[in-house]
Amino acid sequence: MAVPLAFFGLFFAYPVASIVGRGLKTDEGWQFGRIGEVLTRPDIAGVLWFTTWQALASTVLTLLIALPGAYVFARFEFPGKQLLRAVVTVPFVLPTVVVGTAFLALLGRGGLMDESMGVRLDTTVWAILLAHVFFNYAVIVRTVGGLWAQLDPRQEEAARVLGAGRFAAWRRVTLPALAPSVAAASLMVFLFTFSSFGVVLILGGPAYSTLEVEVYRQTAQLLDLPTAAVLTMVQFAAIGGILAVHAWTVRRRETALRLVDPGRTTHRPRGWAQRTLLGGVLATIGLLIVAPLAVLVERSFDAPGGYGFGFYRALQDAGAGGGTFLVPPLEAIWNSLQYALAATAIALFIGGLAAAALTRRAGTFVRGFDALLMLPLGVSAVTVGFGFLITLDEPPLDLRTSWILVPLAQALVGVPFVVRTMLPVLRAVDGRLREAAAVLGASPLRAWREVDLPLVRRALLIAAGFAFAVSLGEFGATVFIARPDQPTLPVAVARLLGRAGEMNYGQAMAMSTILMLVCAVSLLVLERLRPDKTSGEF
Amino acid sequence: MSTTKKIAGAALAAALGVTTLSACGGDAEDKTAGASDAPKSKTVTLVSHDSFNVTDTVLKEFEQQSGYTVKVLKSGDAGAALNQEILTKGSPRGDVFFGVDNTLLSRALDNGIFTPYEAKGLADVKPEYVLDKEHRVTPIDSGDICVNYDKAYFADKKIAPPQTLDDLIKPEYKNLLVTENAATSSPGLGFLLASVGKYGDEGWKDYWSKLKANGVEVVDGWEQAYNERFSGSAGGKKAKGDRPLVVSYASSPPVEVLYGEPQPAEAPTGVATGTCFRQIEFAGLLKGAKNEEGGKALVDFLVSKKFQEDMPLQMFVNPVTKDAALPELFTKHGVVVEKPENVAPETIAKNREQWVKAWTSLVVK
Repeated sequence: MAVPLAFFGLFFAYPVASIVGRGLKTDEGWQFGRIGEVLTRPDIAGVLWFTTWQALASTVLTLLIALPGAYVFARFEFPGKQLLRAVVTVPFVLPTVVVGTAFLALLGRGGLMDESMGVRLDTTVWAILLAHVFFNYAVIVRTVGGLWAQLDPRQEEAARVLGAGRFAAWRRVTLPALAPSVAAASLMVFLFTFSSFGVVLILGGPAYSTLEVEVYRQTAQLLDLPTAAVLTMVQFAAIGGILAVHAWTVRRRETALRLVDPGRTTHRPRGWAQRTLLGGVLATIGLLIVAPLAVLVERSFDAPGGYGFGFYRALQDAGAGGGTFLVPPLEAIWNSLQYALAATAIALFIGGLAAAALTRRAGTFVRGFDALLMLPLGVSAVTVGFGFLITLDEPPLDLRTSWILVPLAQALVGVPFVVRTMLPVLRAVDGRLREAAAVLGASPLRAWREVDLPLVRRALLIAAGFAFAVSLGEFGATVFIARPDQPTLPVAVARLLGRAGEMNYGQAMAMSTILMLVCAVSLLVLERLRPDKTSGEF
Repeated sequence: MSTTKKIAGAALAAALGVTTLSACGGDAEDKTAGASDAPKSKTVTLVSHDSFNVTDTVLKEFEQQSGYTVKVLKSGDAGAALNQEILTKGSPRGDVFFGVDNTLLSRALDNGIFTPYEAKGLADVKPEYVLDKEHRVTPIDSGDICVNYDKAYFADKKIAPPQTLDDLIKPEYKNLLVTENAATSSPGLGFLLASVGKYGDEGWKDYWSKLKANGVEVVDGWEQAYNERFSGSAGGKKAKGDRPLVVSYASSPPVEVLYGEPQPAEAPTGVATGTCFRQIEFAGLLKGAKNEEGGKALVDFLVSKKFQEDMPLQMFVNPVTKDAALPELFTKHGVVVEKPENVAPETIAKNREQWVKAWTSLVVK
């Protein structure tokens, strides 16, 4: 408990409080009058309203589209499942600039939808919502699906034997067991879309603006710290409200569940209904996730003089130009992986400790701590980055130009994922098992290792995958934090896109494809990391 | 404050093992706590925005001649990078900052983040670029934000491409122009400032009303405008862009040639030279720099002929010194903008926010 608290205090609460404080405190003392002043501005009210409703709509839409997917991944066995699970997570790592490009190619003028149906969705709210689903599909599938796969289907079967209908059995047995993880996943999606930045900018056009965009403009462009401070506090208040509602509705409904090995709960789809469901989910994934990704891949091969590896070859010669601008892609991959590994390690360490602490205790304080851990998801990267700048500036913590600052910032976003993925599973572990181990003379650590770890290993891996993916594609904080020039893949993509000329555009697409590949491969490797070979899951 | 920082920091570093973590990444920080009696530091740090770029060999040559090692720190776009310097005033992250342009110059000077320094070679800089008489900043490069046109489109339609701001509101150019959001994009802001420079503090709103009536499209950033919507760029052709006019840079056509595959004999795009706003970028020695001597040497290097001639192909900007020769790519495919529009930096600083606000409610909403 102490370590995660210290970590959050130092790398989150303290920097953010400092930057907000700087905005509200002038030489004449605190300027709380500024708060009312900013809030009554009609444009700010409009921004707040749009931010909230688009986040709600995105969350509902993501749930509707992704829950069947979670079920299919949890219960069915089909060829290529592992690969597909990695593929649905790929959107998570793509820089929004690239996603915007892919979506415009699908939904924009002359895009696929336009040619086939005459429908154009760019610069509409629909484009924003669909892109949010694209980004967050994996959140639902992985967090809910992860737990679903470990629920014992025999409980539902028992209910059926006792005369419950198919739906009633699901509603009374499975749904209550899943509810905490569904709620947790929805919460994450909501926080993500609430603080959406790039998607709204690119797909919504300049007419739509979220709080996040407004904070960025006020801080990074106009240096109007008072306004930015008020907006950050509004964001805090909104997120605090959401978290309170979440805590109140869940009200610790996590009960001890009988978790079984996921390998035992999957089966090949039987009967037409299950096959249709599987087909429907696969079609959804194909349209919503694979198609935009395929557009990028197609463009990366569409080199002058016919399809081929022309752009990839050009990437290899990037070093030949001799500038500091272009890095050979191998170097960018290596940079990205280093950052991601460090960020994942930090996030797992901090998040694991926090989740363990939260399992052991209950009470208001703990709930507050739980909420605190979620806050970084909803606070803008620019606030955190600028906060770092004015707080971490003295030895021994003069980290402003240090390499470690980037993974630290990324881990802030990774920790909530780790906690949210592990907590439902940890809470579901029957405490009596631990007690039994203790009675038999095991130390708390040993009891944890022998009892909890085997059960939560899967959740741990899923959490690690998330933390890794977040870090790999994270662009916001990385951009605001000064770093010695070691561009990561997303940064390199953005740079290439920022220059004119066919070769730059093509290389940006090739670099995005490499990023997707690195992400998919890393996730596949992670999924196969098994400390011991006891479970025959694959 | 600082003691609590230290205690908390030390405790946490111990708890997290940050020390071991940071040891395995990147270069070890030199921990001289800015003491003035420290031995002469061999590292000089340049803080800049993400677009800074230099050929390795050119930088290596400077390092050999001066005996300094140059470390480059990049942090975000021009606005974000400068604002970070303002926030860390007095305890800067580096010695020299590069990348303040004339739209941000007043903010930088008013906040007093620079130490005056007259660079060796300042005499070679064209005097019209030296905007600060106290030499707190030194001009390094210039570039023009202009409307680009798709040559093929206008040749096909047998219409002459537009040349001036006035042309853009004529009916024959209806629904052809795409520009960027002035609130979030620097070419977008530049184009707005070009209209302010030409039509004055009040006249520009009238101009934009007409432009809007003539079907100007606004997208958020340059990447989208240029690579998605503009029909003349390589990216736009693939994305089936249908706007033959875009707000971009005067150096964009040469870049299209350079990165064409195979390189075309003639640029596919042209520049409307009567629609331009000139951006000048400056560098300055940061107040409180740990290595002031090294910083001065670095500023000298930035206005040296070697660096000035390297810049065009690295950052696609023009040199500011009289004797720096342009590469053939620029002389062949580039344009000379005779009369760019101009707005004084202090006027920009004073009105920027209200202009952008007025522009947003006029054009976007």
